[in-house]
Amino acid sequence: MCGIVGLFLKDTKLEPELGRLTASMLAELRDRGPDSAGFAVYGGETAGITKICAVAREGAVDWQHLAEQLAKAVAASVSVDEIEDHAIFKTKGDGDAARKWLIDHVPEATVLSQGQSIEIFKGVGDPNRIAKRLDLAGRSGSHAIGHTRMATESAVTIAGSHPFSTGRDTCLVHNGSLSNHNRLRERLERHGERFQTENDSEVAAAYLTWRTREGDSLKQALERSLDDLDGFYTFVVGTRDGFAVLRDPIACKPAVMAETVDWVAFGTEFRALAPLPGIDQARIWEPEPATVYVWSRSS
Amino acid sequence: MARKPSAAKAAAAPARNSVLDLAQMSVREVNQLLHDTDGGAFLIKHPRGLHAIAAGLDGAFDVTIDGHVGYYCAGMNKQAGVTINGNAGTGVAENMMSGRVHVKGDVSQSAGATGCGGLLIVDGNASARCGISLRGLDIVVKGSVGHMSAFMAQAGNLVVLGDAGDALGDSIYEARLFLRGRPRSLGSDCTPKDMRDAHKAALRTLLDAAGLGGAVDVSEFRRYGSARKLYNFHVENLGSY
Repeated sequence: MCGIVGLFLKDTKLEPELGRLTASMLAELRDRGPDSAGFAVYGGETAGITKICAVAREGAVDWQHLAEQLAKAVAASVSVDEIEDHAIFKTKGDGDAARKWLIDHVPEATVLSQGQSIEIFKGVGDPNRIAKRLDLAGRSGSHAIGHTRMATESAVTIAGSHPFSTGRDTCLVHNGSLSNHNRLRERLERHGERFQTENDSEVAAAYLTWRTREGDSLKQALERSLDDLDGFYTFVVGTRDGFAVLRDPIACKPAVMAETVDWVAFGTEFRALAPLPGIDQARIWEPEPATVYVWSRSS
Repeated sequence: MARKPSAAKAAAAPARNSVLDLAQMSVREVNQLLHDTDGGAFLIKHPRGLHAIAAGLDGAFDVTIDGHVGYYCAGMNKQAGVTINGNAGTGVAENMMSGRVHVKGDVSQSAGATGCGGLLIVDGNASARCGISLRGLDIVVKGSVGHMSAFMAQAGNLVVLGDAGDALGDSIYEARLFLRGRPRSLGSDCTPKDMRDAHKAALRTLLDAAGLGGAVDVSEFRRYGSARKLYNFHVENLGSY
């Protein structure tokens, strides 16, 4: 099972509505993934500032103290906003270095994302409660990706919840299961990728990070993944200004898309798209197997 | 065996020409009303991609659904005529027994899966596995069908006016496939077959039943079926299919 929703706004006028629309989509797929949920929202950029999102694994974390330590580690000032069990660090320092330092030195937290635009939030339990607790509906931005999880490959934990992000401003959600993730994880670790879970989907996210670091475009990286990833998958991927969808060559997992002049949306099922404004006039189609779909604001 | 509504159920049955609004009622309530009726025509509004709408109907009445539906719409249908003014999700008309299901838009995977009888008409395209394990249902798709369509199809007809995806008719038994366009590839043990007069007449009947009248020429189609090398086919059992 698992449910995926994605909403990419082509027009800025709907940006204040992004969170509210994504929350209404996610609620429709609650029963496909009652174990846990998460969402990535792209927006709220400040020039030169990197946001690093983290969540406590269990118990309280002294985020203010961590911000001070992180500032020393990246040799730049670091501020922190606390939202429930999440923290968003903001710094002019290096995002990759900050992510690595947090993973190496703060076992009581999981690093969710780093980038100029991306913010990721996750929780365990009822997706609707998670969305409400972390105020998904109140968030604005240019695009968002959400996931409701029914765990198959690894434990039900915050760390195992989607979206997964290992590279700057990039995230991936996955419906399905990969069969060659252990070997691929070892290969990616040799290329310098850092993992925080045993989850197969984190391997797919790291694969895209590795390929884009090697110079592939998002489209090229996803096309190459058709050869390198084995298993069942529907992926939805976000980048700072882009949004992509890929299904495995036998289209094992369901997917439906809709597009209007104002937005492009993905849903595991149509009912996730039904609440969107203008859906009655939208072009609606099922993405083809082994075909990469990419939208970008810059193109 | 046709199930007749009990006196108690009949008393609760909706008026014969009702509008059933899924913005006001649950799918379970709508389906129960339809299960308890014995005739008439019904309009279901605001389906919003919900699952199992108009599933398990058993009666000679008509249901029109105004919008896109989710999984298993009109599943197990007997006798009823169901029209969907929109797209349908996975498994529309799955395990259909008789009657007529007409989708005005596109359908997702496994349309008409394991269907035993009746007619399923799709005005748009069908995605993967259309008519998988077909057992006697007739399916007419006016657009194209996706990969693995008619997989292990045992009996019945799949008519496609467009093209077919990979592995059409893989491991097929005795279902008949009529394709006007091209298959991307044929599945194991599926092979082109002669279009004899009897096949043309059967195809004409199916096209007419799907409302295509004289608009489509049967000579443009190619027939596909089982090469009968993969399963233990015995000609003396042909009457069973």
